[in-house]
Amino acid sequence: MFDNLSNKLGTAFKKLKGHGKLSEKNITDGLREVRMALLEADVHYKVVKRFIADIKERALGQEVMNSLTPGQQVVKIVNEELTMLMGGHHQELVLSGTRPMSIMLVGLQGSGKTTTAGKLAIYIREKGFHPYLVPADVYRPAAIDQLTKLGAQISVPVYPSVADMDPVDICREARGAATKAGCDTLILDTAGRLHIDETLMAELRRIKEAVRPSDTLLVADAMTGQDAVNIAESFDGVLDLGGVVLTKMDGDARGGAAISIKSVTRKPIKFIGVGEKLSELEPFHPERMSSRILGMGDVLTVIEKAQAVMDEKQAIELEKKLRKSQFTLDDFRDQMVQIRKMGSFSDLIGMIPGMNKAKQLKNLEVDDNEFVRIEAIINSMTPQERRIHTIINGSRRKRIAKGSGTRVQDVNKLLKNYAQILKMMKKINKGGMRGLGRGMLPF
Amino acid sequence: MNTKTLKKSEKKGFFSRLKRGLSKTREILTTDIDDLFTANRKLDEDLLEELEELLITSDIGVSTAMDIMNTISKKASEIKDAHSLKQVLKDEIIGIISQVPTTTNTVSEKPHVVMVVGVNGVGKTTTIGKLAARQTTQGKKVLIAAADTFRAAAIEQLTIWAERAHAEIVKHKDNADPSAVVFDSIEAALSRNVDIVYIDTAGRLHTKINLMEEIKKIKRTIAKKMPQAPHEILLVLDATTGQNAISQATLFNEALEITGLALTKLDGTAKGGIAISICSTLNLPLKYIGVGEQIDDLQDFDPKAFVEALF
Repeated sequence: MFDNLSNKLGTAFKKLKGHGKLSEKNITDGLREVRMALLEADVHYKVVKRFIADIKERALGQEVMNSLTPGQQVVKIVNEELTMLMGGHHQELVLSGTRPMSIMLVGLQGSGKTTTAGKLAIYIREKGFHPYLVPADVYRPAAIDQLTKLGAQISVPVYPSVADMDPVDICREARGAATKAGCDTLILDTAGRLHIDETLMAELRRIKEAVRPSDTLLVADAMTGQDAVNIAESFDGVLDLGGVVLTKMDGDARGGAAISIKSVTRKPIKFIGVGEKLSELEPFHPERMSSRILGMGDVLTVIEKAQAVMDEKQAIELEKKLRKSQFTLDDFRDQMVQIRKMGSFSDLIGMIPGMNKAKQLKNLEVDDNEFVRIEAIINSMTPQERRIHTIINGSRRKRIAKGSGTRVQDVNKLLKNYAQILKMMKKINKGGMRGLGRGMLPF
Repeated sequence: MNTKTLKKSEKKGFFSRLKRGLSKTREILTTDIDDLFTANRKLDEDLLEELEELLITSDIGVSTAMDIMNTISKKASEIKDAHSLKQVLKDEIIGIISQVPTTTNTVSEKPHVVMVVGVNGVGKTTTIGKLAARQTTQGKKVLIAAADTFRAAAIEQLTIWAERAHAEIVKHKDNADPSAVVFDSIEAALSRNVDIVYIDTAGRLHTKINLMEEIKKIKRTIAKKMPQAPHEILLVLDATTGQNAISQATLFNEALEITGLALTKLDGTAKGGIAISICSTLNLPLKYIGVGEQIDDLQDFDPKAFVEALF
């Protein structure tokens, strides 16, 4: 989702870099582009204003004007300030104190609290804790049913809340029930509420005082607009948040809400929701994300995802292949099963440096059924064809289509996509990878 | 919403209800709108900058905000003070929204089929509950199709709303094929002489190709039973959403040919300015606005009243 923001900033930086010497006017014009890009990405008006003012002050200072490459200096400053704005390193969930511990989830209606509760349960279970889900939304019809069903799906016990109970009582009493069930960590799923609803905000404060959760997370929709600052400020003011979960990050929102929320609350974004499946929750890494905003990709996440589903040796091999562009159709097929475990293909491509900028890859969406077809097509090729795809001519294509029960168009499409991936990888390895020097940066 | 708190809310007019929702905005916004428009302020750089902030923080979008600012600059000679600026601003925005043709819902055949679509968590189910209640109080026979078979307990949630609204409901098991639910619903509606069918679909991000294909299939299934249907396709948007709402509306419109928009959650501090941009760029009418969790907190959209309440 940050890809769109990176594209916009990329254009803005290009204009700045074109000038050998910078005047105040150049900088002002360039920063106007940066400002528009940030506003269009839903970063809050005031946050943008401060950001641009800070950069302008630094950009007009000695360090830039005396530099041999002033344009690049400005780009560097934008990068630094953006990284600072996004925060330092990944911050973990706080799980400490006397047991049972609690994690409290709060937010507006429809931000994704219940789904996040299920995802967090899986996350902490993998860390060796024993989660216990507590439905504390007695207002929305069937909200309790929803969490109960999710709990059953992932085999996590759920407190049997009833809609006419008081949410504060539910949360208090659930602690004893959790201990009895052999669980050590409660996940409190509170009702969605407007941040200006004083009665319901007071209810949250009472829950917090009664349970003293070790972490309190605001669940916010990544598509939120300018209002993100009001929402985050209000919830933080009442509850002193421990952090934020940004949901629906798998859409095409530009993600300015992340910057706004971080900037006004100074609270870390701890997780991002990247899909409807309960496994689709990722720790948020600000330092990786800000380099992704600036178009430097996120190789680390790709490798980390790969490691979660493959053994380390395989992962190193994949990394080597990605870097060396020795990615044959055989590898393509072999990795397919693993790739499917890792998430959607387009997600992965988006994380590879430079890939997010490749316009021709935008239409390269591979749906899950297509994986089966691709596998069949590759299986119908000879070993030589799989190694050197360029030898696959018209008659070979016909044969492969026949053998795999597909059409020649399908074979063409696969080969075209594969060739594009190879081409992109070559480009990346020539210049996109981090550590190859400033001049090589993709903007 | 708790049945305990479902108090009989007095029938207030659209304006007061919307104002009640939006008035909370005034207390929170750092720029006090009335301050901005005090009668004796001169039209200067500062005022224009505050106006820009006001427009952008309403989520109206950078390009629409710039267009409005340009128009205002051109008309600068006739703007003597902040008060007349306010009028020019209102006229400008009403002008943008009023260009869109308002379609009238003449019920040509029975049942009238309305498909309700949108991304996750915007309030599709709640909006259907409110729409159904509106029709049943007017003596219409309403059937709701529970075609969100994916999200846990979505069917249970809709069932409760159907009871509240005194509407019939057709439902299958969790994870059933949504198209099958829709097929059965239309069949049931035809045989039971139902006036209006509302189809609740699963929330889906507009960028998920598979899910967008699935919803196209649902539309085709309806047409198989009734060639003219669906008669309306309502896209539900969350007023809290920023510029991404444009992408949502564009892609849902490409896939389904949307006939109208519903803007929910206007009772918060978000102003839903993005709806103005969507109306103008996609030429889609904004039909309903949601201003609360009560069953009657759904209003027909009225551009003049909306803009009056906004500024």
